[in-house]
Amino acid sequence: MIDKTTSLENALRTIRDGDTIMVGGFGVPGTPFTLIDGLLELGVSNLTLIKNEANEDGMGLSKLIEANRVQKLITSHLGLNATVIGMMNRHEIEVAFYPQGILAEKIRAGGAGLLGILTDIGIDTILAKDKAVVTVDRQPAMVEPALRADVALIHAAVADRFGNLIYEKSARNFNPLMATAAAKVIVEAEKLVECGDLAPDQIHTPGAFTDHIVVLDTLTEEYGILAHHVL
Amino acid sequence: MSFKEKIAQRAAAEIGAGQIINLGIGIPTLIPKFLEDHKQVVVHSENGILGMGLPCKRGLEDRNLIDAGGTYVTTGRGAAFFDSALSFTLIRGGRLDIAFIGALEVSAAGDLANWIIPGQYSPGIGGGMELAQKARRLIVTSMHTTRNGDPKILKACTLPLTAKGCVNTIITELAVIDVLPAGLVLREIAAETEIDTVIARTDAALLIPDGNLTRY
Repeated sequence: MIDKTTSLENALRTIRDGDTIMVGGFGVPGTPFTLIDGLLELGVSNLTLIKNEANEDGMGLSKLIEANRVQKLITSHLGLNATVIGMMNRHEIEVAFYPQGILAEKIRAGGAGLLGILTDIGIDTILAKDKAVVTVDRQPAMVEPALRADVALIHAAVADRFGNLIYEKSARNFNPLMATAAAKVIVEAEKLVECGDLAPDQIHTPGAFTDHIVVLDTLTEEYGILAHHVL
Repeated sequence: MSFKEKIAQRAAAEIGAGQIINLGIGIPTLIPKFLEDHKQVVVHSENGILGMGLPCKRGLEDRNLIDAGGTYVTTGRGAAFFDSALSFTLIRGGRLDIAFIGALEVSAAGDLANWIIPGQYSPGIGGGMELAQKARRLIVTSMHTTRNGDPKILKACTLPLTAKGCVNTIITELAVIDVLPAGLVLREIAAETEIDTVIARTDAALLIPDGNLTRY
């Protein structure tokens, strides 16, 4: 099978200003901090980012936003990031909020080649404002268009050279969904193994979805335990 | 015991054996320490965990194992991990027995407002709307009034809603109140309070059953 491992620079080199980029992770677990740092280094701007949250102030996705590289953020919750909330309130960044599971389904639909989903979540709320509403089985349902991206940045615990991926514990979250929903899927992996080393039954994302694998030699401090969340 | 712990302890008593529950941020996160082992309650977390154990002891944290609020947690026997789509499939699909959630306002009709104060507080929706709308039972755990002493249980919500008619039960430091078709029914009151106090601190009308109310 083809070997998809490459350098960080090579993996990111086709990303352009104005691209839409999905970024895996829910808090620290599953956030591809090394790929995000590479993106910061690359200097691209006017990005549209899609991530569950924006990490915490000064970390991960927040670094790209704080460096004014991001035009729009599509997300679910920013409760742990006062900096990005402040930028949103000052209109320095456009933010679109979705219910967390609807964000996940929009991405899943995009990955599955569907045009959108129908949902009643938020139908009685301000969320329904300006949404197309159709009737299904005599119930009103909002049309939520599918989401796709130019690039997805994924963090995996283990990858084989073909790009079969395994995630660990709560680091799975949005990663396997986003890995299906982008034109180019770039994976950082904590551990690389040979094809055939992973049991086929254990694989979370099959290699067909993976374009590039960047093997992490070391994990930066950002991947570690956050002292303020320790009891 | 603090008021918040008292609310959490009373809330824990609402959980039946083997039920699947989800705990929102704030007071609900205090519930696990009041769960009795023999009940074999299974705790779900939006970020992809079923079968969470207690919060992690200092020094034993796993960088890949947090709950949806960012706290380092543990898993119990029989736990499972899954992606965010499956996590909400469990919620929207009707497999979540009880969601415990905080509130800014609850109305007499069981409407909930807890995610935005326009111009002041707008962190986003998170999983709240799906939990409120689709959990089989939604229990609000909250202080009875705001920090300023204003009632949170109102005739009608003034803030943008999280979901309409979604609340089944309200548990505060003063009372346990059920949202029934007839209206808000006072089910129990706290040991250290009186019915008149509960009525005075509630904006919505309360239906008071005949006879002595259970104290907690």
